Amino acid sequence: MINQADTLFVLLSAAFVMLMTPGLAFFYGGMVRRKNILSVLMQCFVALCLLSLQWILFGYSLSFAPGNGFWGGFSWFGLNGVGSTPYAGYSATIPHQAFMVFQMMFAVITPALIIGAFAERMKFSAFLVFTLLWATFVYDPLCHWVWGEGGWLRNLGVLDFAGGIVVHTSAGIAALVTTIVIGKRKNLEHSPSPHNLPFVVLGTALLWFGWYGFNAGSALAVNGIAVNAFITTNTAAAAAGLSWAFLEWIRNGKPTVFGIVTGSIAGLATITPASGFVSPVSAILIGIAASIVCFIAVAVTKPRFGYDDSLDAFGVHGVGGILGTLLTGVLASKAINPLGANGLFYGNPKQLLIQLLAVAVAVTYTFLVTFGIYKLVDVFFRMRVSEKDELVGLDLTQHRERAYTILE
Amino acid sequence: MVNAGDTAWILISSALVLLMTPGLAFFYGGMVRRKNVLSVLMQCFIIMCVLSLQWVLVGYSLSFAPSKGFWGGLQWFGLNGVGLEPYADYAGTIPHQAFMIFQAMFAIITPALIIGAFAERMKFSAFLVFTLLWATFVYDPLCNWVWGMGGWLRNLGALDFAGGTVVHINAGIAALVTAIVLGRRNNLEKNVPTPHNLPFVVLGTGLLWFGWFGFNAGSALAANGLAVNAFVVTNTAAAAAGLSWALIEWLRNGKPTVFGVCSGVVAGLVAITPAAGFVSVIPAIIIGLLVSVICFIAVTVIKPLFGYDDSLDAFGVHCVGGIWGALATGLFASKLVNPAGANGVFFGNPKQFFIQLLAVGVTIVYTAVATFVIYKLVDIFVGVRVDEKSEAIGLDLTQHRERAYTILE
Amino acid sequence: MKLVIAIIQPYKLEEVKEELYNVEVNLITVSEVLGHGRQKGVTEVYRGSKETGNLLRKIRLEIAVNDNYLEPTIKAIVKGAKTGETGDGKIFVLDLKECIRIRTEERGTTAIG
Repeated sequence: MINQADTLFVLLSAAFVMLMTPGLAFFYGGMVRRKNILSVLMQCFVALCLLSLQWILFGYSLSFAPGNGFWGGFSWFGLNGVGSTPYAGYSATIPHQAFMVFQMMFAVITPALIIGAFAERMKFSAFLVFTLLWATFVYDPLCHWVWGEGGWLRNLGVLDFAGGIVVHTSAGIAALVTTIVIGKRKNLEHSPSPHNLPFVVLGTALLWFGWYGFNAGSALAVNGIAVNAFITTNTAAAAAGLSWAFLEWIRNGKPTVFGIVTGSIAGLATITPASGFVSPVSAILIGIAASIVCFIAVAVTKPRFGYDDSLDAFGVHGVGGILGTLLTGVLASKAINPLGANGLFYGNPKQLLIQLLAVAVAVTYTFLVTFGIYKLVDVFFRMRVSEKDELVGLDLTQHRERAYTILE
Repeated sequence: MVNAGDTAWILISSALVLLMTPGLAFFYGGMVRRKNVLSVLMQCFIIMCVLSLQWVLVGYSLSFAPSKGFWGGLQWFGLNGVGLEPYADYAGTIPHQAFMIFQAMFAIITPALIIGAFAERMKFSAFLVFTLLWATFVYDPLCNWVWGMGGWLRNLGALDFAGGTVVHINAGIAALVTAIVLGRRNNLEKNVPTPHNLPFVVLGTGLLWFGWFGFNAGSALAANGLAVNAFVVTNTAAAAAGLSWALIEWLRNGKPTVFGVCSGVVAGLVAITPAAGFVSVIPAIIIGLLVSVICFIAVTVIKPLFGYDDSLDAFGVHCVGGIWGALATGLFASKLVNPAGANGVFFGNPKQFFIQLLAVGVTIVYTAVATFVIYKLVDIFVGVRVDEKSEAIGLDLTQHRERAYTILE
Repeated sequence: MKLVIAIIQPYKLEEVKEELYNVEVNLITVSEVLGHGRQKGVTEVYRGSKETGNLLRKIRLEIAVNDNYLEPTIKAIVKGAKTGETGDGKIFVLDLKECIRIRTEERGTTAIG
């Protein structure tokens, strides 16, 4: 039975999540140098176009159709059989296509998150091929395991409300791999500073706004769980933003705008897997933990190991996603969501082990396959732009455009 | 009977469509030169103000009150009789005022689209008068013919789900007419203006895409399977068009551009608008892929050939894309998607294509003539174009005494 | 060798460039600057409060020329920038001691053109 309120809520949530990709474009775009902003905006927008089509043609089928253990097979190729009748295995109260389009927006933003790792130095053609392959061979299988009917991690009982594993861990690990293999940007010692911080703030605002659709919408219905997810999302973002500012205040003497927005995003990424399973008070803990751990990842670990995760896609999304997935195993409670499970603090230590296993699987699989895809594309297309192109900037060399005029 | 779900959906869709006008402001504003960005933002924002009032006072009545042939008459003047009870002929499950405010957002964005044609050279006072007259004498009658009770194009069976003819072709033709009569911007040959802030264009595109879900899916006027279909095909066509515009550029110019992807996305959204509630996903991909080809030709071949200065391609994208969308609806529409619609050529009903063609033809002729007359009238009484020096200095300073950006500090 | 520095109205830039091309002066540097002139500032209004006496926006051109090009350059700038009203700007001419093209390390008059 189609429920109107649920349908409208999921459609609206899909629109919200769609807006996150442009939001991410500005969040990342503001961080790069003036000469590269268009390349980042372009990558985000082209991901939106490319993966919308991939999803309709075969991505949705691979991810969600009933299939074998690895992925979903091609039975829903070209949305064949995906119509306006609900598919009870996923959501019994909304048209199947509504569920499909909501999930599409997740499939779009996940590869877009990785952009932060190789920003300012990847060739556009290589990016396109890499993204398409990554979505097909990393995102789609992983999505099937965790959320698809018959997916083996789902059957194990792993909790991932809105994509801590599928979205943030996978994108974050892919970010780490690509940033290591592609190598550092040239002239990094003159540490590039964000060319337009207000754009970063604008992007954060759009992401925060869209994240209500991402998390609350993942309830797939207008009910108490959606409300709980909405509140925990907001709470964790707030707690994380604030605590990041305090960390900076203590460590560096001044709180920064860049810091508070980074903290908020870390909080949002971390609460994602937990949002439908934990209470608002737990969300505060998760937010604070997110800031501390991601701050260490970004400000201590990254400089020590020396990889150039340009915009901290791994440090924020990967680390936040993993942390959130594990904390779900600690703080989840059946009192919040009877369909979920209890975590460690509620007398069920097994859940934490399941979460740990799922993270380990996602990390290993993503790591290996991303590496394989990267090398494959590198052989055929060369991933990295030439040194001169990098110095001139990707906007001019990849797109023959400039973002801003100086005169008039 | 008022249905809570439907009402919530339409109110939210109204908010989404409202956001499209600021989105358009940034889409257009990023394309003009630094000295003119405020003039474009101002025109978009003032339209939100002026037409919101026009709509509740007379516009809604002229557009949607039961037809008197040319337009709807004034019996709903000042929303007299437009209350919280549903009006079954338009939408039986939502308050009449919810339908009214949803339609208000369409009436706002349509004249705003025209701004792209005369950007950087129109006097602000003339713009105000022109917009008000155009909304009243072009938009409102056309809206009545296509969507109003007893409207003659509606009675003929023309399909226009969310405004291909009423919004896009209409605005696009008005854009062409004004671009031609207003003339080219000065110094255009030596000094091809480049967009002063491309990230703003991208921001605008993002907001437009987002708002378009309300525009198209909201036009189902209910939270149901039809809305879902419209939502899905809207996203699909936008994606296909953005991608194909990039590919065309890649083949022709060697590099795909951000500006190109944004143009393609908007063209795709335009083209799917009339079709959104009548076609399924695969036709949406075809509509999206082809609209980029057609609009690309309009913008890069036809415009230079004829030499009109459609500054920001309001005609090239909205009218051309809208015509393609309206005709494509006649090709791909299927009763399987929407039993209340009709079948198109590919589903065994070639007659639908000719109805679509007629609706497009009528729109073009009426809009072209009426827009021309309104333009000339305003030109006689107010003077439409700014003087040469003001144009050189820029409209921000000369029309509004403001500057968008500071240089120092 | 001379260095010509000209401060002109922003909206005259295109015409000045055109005139300079006509006398085959192609190498110019352009920047946007602020300055006080004799004319009263254009009034700008922000949230209802008028701000007068603002620094005015101008365009600054820098052109290095060989001596025989000096007069044509000056004439071209005047022709392009003159409106006859206050605010048209000024031209400064300075002696230029040396000019070096970085790529070839040429010096002097050959490096200028």
